[in-house]
Amino acid sequence: MALDASVRDAVLAAVPSLRAFAISLCGNVDRADDLVQETLLRALANINSFRPGTNMSAWLFTILRNHFRSEYRKRRREVEDSDGSYAETLKSHPEQHGHVEFGEFRAALAKLPPDQREALVLVGASGFSYEEAASICDCAVGTIKSRVNRARTRLAELMSIESMDDFGPDRATRAILVRNERV
Amino acid sequence: MKDTTKSPGPQSPMDAGTKPEKTDAKLGRDIQAKIGQQLRALYDDVVNQGVPDRFADLLNRLDKPGDKESR
Repeated sequence: MALDASVRDAVLAAVPSLRAFAISLCGNVDRADDLVQETLLRALANINSFRPGTNMSAWLFTILRNHFRSEYRKRRREVEDSDGSYAETLKSHPEQHGHVEFGEFRAALAKLPPDQREALVLVGASGFSYEEAASICDCAVGTIKSRVNRARTRLAELMSIESMDDFGPDRATRAILVRNERV
Repeated sequence: MKDTTKSPGPQSPMDAGTKPEKTDAKLGRDIQAKIGQQLRALYDDVVNQGVPDRFADLLNRLDKPGDKESR
């Protein structure tokens, strides 16, 4: 079936954000791109179930998430190396952002439970409302809110270790403590 | 990764004499702002890579075959 040009454009426009979301789920760029590809194939095969005038991006996110849940989680558990995989596999250059602690943030994000990370990314980065995120995750709005709150609290805990360096005089001591814990 | 780093602000000598809650609240806001900023930076880093060729090609390929009536 021929793809309507406006539909194709809408799908294409959603791809960059879909990839970013997929990477946050998979923790690996290559697997994320495969996930996006499978998502697009599924979406196009079911394009008739897309209601014109509704949010194409949210529709695609929902398909991607469902596919990830049903297929990728199992696979991921099999291949995942312990912690740090998410941080290591992202092909990005922290120094470009001028954030010395960018790598720390990734590591902290990788430590969140998947449900919380997903909710935080959808609301805090993808720009979905709580209602849209709830619809994508097929749960109540209150559930999304509490997941986002827990994610933020947990990240703050993890990151306060570093930010205390900015305030505390015992910077060196703390750095050693932190380093030792990471070994 | 926990115990030794658990208690943040109030413990450090700099905070002695100031109101702990106030420091914590400010620290909390600072950290939340940083979290939001870094989350978006990380995400936008991928978004700014645009649409990789493989996906543009995929959509173009699907567009062609079975194209009964041309638009």
